[in-house]
Amino acid sequence: MSEATRAEVCAVACADLLREAGETLASPFGIVPMIGARLARATFSPGLLMTDGEAMLGSGVWPLDGEPKGVEGWLPFRAILELAWGGSRHVVMMPSQVDSRGNANISYIGDDYQRPAVQLLGVRGAPGNTVNHPTSYWLPRHSTRALVPRVDMVCGVGYDSAAAAGPAAERFLDLRQVITNLAVLDFGGPDHAMRLVSLHPGVEPAEVEASTGFELVVEGEVPETRAPSEEELRLIREEIDPTRLRDREVRP
Amino acid sequence: MTEEQVVAELRSGMTIGIGGWGSRRKPMSLVRAILRSDLRDLTVVSYGGPDVGLLCAAGKVRRLIYGFVSLDSIPLDPHFRAARENGQIESVEYDEGMIYLGLLAASHRLSFLPTRAGLGSGVVATNPALRTVVSPYGGEELLAMPALALDAALVHANRADAHGNGQYLGPDPYFDDLFCAAAKRAYVSCERVVETAELTADEHPATLHIRRDVVAGVVAAANGAHFTSCVPDYERDEAFQRSYVEAAGSPERWAEFSARYLEVDERGYQEAVAASAAGAQA
Repeated sequence: MSEATRAEVCAVACADLLREAGETLASPFGIVPMIGARLARATFSPGLLMTDGEAMLGSGVWPLDGEPKGVEGWLPFRAILELAWGGSRHVVMMPSQVDSRGNANISYIGDDYQRPAVQLLGVRGAPGNTVNHPTSYWLPRHSTRALVPRVDMVCGVGYDSAAAAGPAAERFLDLRQVITNLAVLDFGGPDHAMRLVSLHPGVEPAEVEASTGFELVVEGEVPETRAPSEEELRLIREEIDPTRLRDREVRP
Repeated sequence: MTEEQVVAELRSGMTIGIGGWGSRRKPMSLVRAILRSDLRDLTVVSYGGPDVGLLCAAGKVRRLIYGFVSLDSIPLDPHFRAARENGQIESVEYDEGMIYLGLLAASHRLSFLPTRAGLGSGVVATNPALRTVVSPYGGEELLAMPALALDAALVHANRADAHGNGQYLGPDPYFDDLFCAAAKRAYVSCERVVETAELTADEHPATLHIRRDVVAGVVAAANGAHFTSCVPDYERDEAFQRSYVEAAGSPERWAEFSARYLEVDERGYQEAVAASAAGAQA
């Protein structure tokens, strides 16, 4: 099998987010995290719950542009919220901005809330997600526009914002990783500062530094993000994303 | 009732909740009737889709209470964006779960419900009126989501009977029952008004998500959710939705779109949609 593309490396990093997740709902936003979640279920995390994008919990592993083979449950929006508040979920959100303490923005860009420069989606469920269950972020374009010193609106709650809000906000806060097209990062630095965990094959540390709008914590020699196994590549290429939607999100 | 009769019961300045989710099962024929009316200064509560976009474009919205506005297959609504970027509406933004709790509180006749959702986020920073509440059981300080009491609710169902028993046949009831329960007066438009017995002839009674005791009026509105989805009756009209977004690109094209689709009554709208679809196929 040919060598893994960058998108495939990212998908496997997204799958690794769900190791030992047990029977929790995987809610991936974006094509690459969606591939990762299905890959995790097909391999090391068979207990994951996954929706069909609407209100059904699908069984088995199905292609990105297909339908699940069967239905194992019903999860309308109201039930997703209640499940989220109970904590049994790992969401991978795709924010427009993330800062060094894990605050994430999907609402608007600008400095005037009542007259933003660019209106985005709105906070959606990001505030509730982050203070209730494991959360990770996917940034298909690692850049100084996406990784900023301070987000314009705190939608996903970062470690510093939760600390300022008090124990009820911090109690279940669990920001796991930020996966980008260049690297894997986490919040393991001092005071939960964002830290470089691994670089994707072929990426130089200088490229990541130049593409990040704040100083990253780097501890010693940074390892390479793990390569997909032969079986993982087969699953991605033949069963999960045969039409290569992943190449639209991360160019080969 | 007709759409016009529903709108005649609404007043400028009211708080109106709109059911559905994004570009899914929205009471669009009722929204279109509001566009044709002289109602203004509305406070709109919505899991927003093109209902919000159209009302913003027509200058009907003074205050918008929302967690997001999206067209689903097209992430952002151009009119909502323009209204925000021009500072035309007052924005009250909550986590989408907080909106659920606000409606639930109103339906329970409570002034608030406690939640963790929103703590530490910009929702608190941008809503200075939000307060916290200390749990009497252990002292945790939580957010007190205020009740979202509605003057009126507008929802669209697949079927209903004339008494107001509403039925959804798609994958998700969304929060339509709560919008109705949180409102002084709720109006249900539906694809078909049927006899009560017909509602459960082939469907499980759990599909009856709206009870007649919280409904003030029923409107027969075939294709009334167009161009949003109303499965299993019909999918979203993606081509029409694209034309809606493209028309927002310039004032001239929007004027053309409005003249063709919005400055006509509901029958005129449906005829123009049918003519446009037939033209596309020819």
